[in-house]
Amino acid sequence: MTTGETQKIREDRPRERRTTERTRLAVAGARAAGQGLYTPRSAKHRVTNTLFSAVLFLGLGTALVALTAIIGWALVEGWPRLDANLFLAGPSTINPEEAGFRTAIIGTVYVIGGVIALIVPLGVGAAIYLEEFADRERWYNRFIELNIQNLAGVPSIVFGILGLAFIVRGLGNFGFVAAAGSMTLALLVLPTVILASREAIRAVPSSVRNGSLALGATLWQTVWRNVLPAAAPGILTGVILGVARAIGEAAPLLLVGAVTFVVYDPSFFEGGYSVLPVQIYNYAKRPQEEFHVMAIAGVLVMLVVLMLINSFAIWLRNRYEKKW
Amino acid sequence: MTASQRGSVSPEAGAEETPRRPLGAARPRHGEKVVKGFLALCAALSVGVTIAIVVSLLTPTIGFFREVSVVEFLTGTQWSPGFARGEFGVLPIVVGTLTVVVIALLVAIPIGLLSAIYLAEYAPRRVRAVIKPALEVLEGIPTVAIGLFGLFLLRPLAEQIFPFMNWRGDFSIGVAGVAVGLLIVPLIASVSEDAMRSVPGGLREGAYALGANKMRVSLRVVFPAAISGIVAAVVLAMSRAIGETMIVLLVAGAGNPNLSFDLARGAQTMTAYIGGTATGDIATGTTVYNTIFAVGSLLFLMTLVVNLFAIRLVRRFREVYE
Repeated sequence: MTTGETQKIREDRPRERRTTERTRLAVAGARAAGQGLYTPRSAKHRVTNTLFSAVLFLGLGTALVALTAIIGWALVEGWPRLDANLFLAGPSTINPEEAGFRTAIIGTVYVIGGVIALIVPLGVGAAIYLEEFADRERWYNRFIELNIQNLAGVPSIVFGILGLAFIVRGLGNFGFVAAAGSMTLALLVLPTVILASREAIRAVPSSVRNGSLALGATLWQTVWRNVLPAAAPGILTGVILGVARAIGEAAPLLLVGAVTFVVYDPSFFEGGYSVLPVQIYNYAKRPQEEFHVMAIAGVLVMLVVLMLINSFAIWLRNRYEKKW
Repeated sequence: MTASQRGSVSPEAGAEETPRRPLGAARPRHGEKVVKGFLALCAALSVGVTIAIVVSLLTPTIGFFREVSVVEFLTGTQWSPGFARGEFGVLPIVVGTLTVVVIALLVAIPIGLLSAIYLAEYAPRRVRAVIKPALEVLEGIPTVAIGLFGLFLLRPLAEQIFPFMNWRGDFSIGVAGVAVGLLIVPLIASVSEDAMRSVPGGLREGAYALGANKMRVSLRVVFPAAISGIVAAVVLAMSRAIGETMIVLLVAGAGNPNLSFDLARGAQTMTAYIGGTATGDIATGTTVYNTIFAVGSLLFLMTLVVNLFAIRLVRRFREVYE
């Protein structure tokens, strides 16, 4: 092997790795030298260091205990009321023992079904446009990006105002129906879905695209047959997290009509509706103790469903992370 | 005619000779343009949503300011729009919102940052592999659940722990702040942990080489290097806290707007006013109805400023370490 070849091999090695190796050597040397110099201080250092890590652990412990306490509390307080009536009976203002969340659960299923039908094409479509088709040099594409980032931070109740003005009344004029709730929630979670889908599409290496384009596929064929299947787990994670957020959201629905005590099973385009979190809120606001227990049992149901959904989404993301 | 001459490009055509057919599409692809148009429409929808939000807020707000002066709205200290002789000073509910935000941040910043430093710098790999996803799952606890937890557990608990405070009624703005704090802890922890982990290892190793211990490295090297990401996490959490509705509506109560700064009593915030008023029966077009939109505009403006600040910070911290 000639010197030139050796030189070349050395240059091919990642620059970063060489640095860390060198630094590690330097660290070892400096430690050995420093040990003698700083021995008197090291005992004190060790104490503060241990104390500091204890404080850090305490912080994390507080966070975990406080948050899991919510689940534990809901389990203890809501358990007695977790019976068949809770799921099968409609709401009642008089007899809390025989009341349940039936209509609210059906309402949630309708509203969330609508949300999924809207956010999958719209969210993924927008993400594909921004990642694959848009020319980032153009001001309007940059404006759309900034706009989506900002929308992700707009308070949910403001989306409720939008729904009230444009979907319930105004242009859409749907009235206070489940479809209006679906559209409002879909607009609310759309930015989250777009941002997550963009991350997933961006993670697909450009060699996949170039290979497909080189074989003569058009841009859309490449996206549809190569990029989207590769990005599917990430996109699915984003959609699931968006749906989970929509299930738990109550504030905007207060403004678009999900407030009434709905006695009959709701339908999508007409009649009053309610959803689980809003019904829980209504029960919690009643003075009788029995309704409070029922509200907590409802919270327990929501927590179980949402924890399962979220765990699945995060497992999915970690499972397929950095496959390339 | 030989077989080789029948094809459009003969095998003898070497590198010097260009193929006779250009390398573009064989036929015009109209479908491709339709698809691109649809996708662009999906992206443009977000701009439409923003415009719709601004229009839906602005139109009734202008109507509101025809009847109530801007100065009275922004500087008045009485807020009672529902009464016959309504007062439209927005300060009490703005102060209510700020109280909740400040308490929430006081609770969430220390807990969130300590957790983040532990996870990024101290936690063994296995611990981190369990705790990080757990925190992300807990981030999905619905606000109604935290609201009920605050109302039925934290509020009575707070009365037992601090009996000397002036507890009255079922509601407390202070407890509402703590509950909102619980909501934003996972957000602060996970975003600032990401920021700290993206600090290059060379910086840490350099500090170790100079004889610093782990605490010094965490606090003097990693923390300052990740500061813009950490500030972005806090600002995002602040935006969440400003806009939080259900927890405040449940724990602080929707009524009783006041400037008393008494944490043990109920108070009203901007979001709670909108949520609480909109659920009642109010005739469209009245001044009370328009106040919902005026308060909404103020809320939108506040979060807009905070969000744009956060977006700029996040972008800067991305440029440095990617």
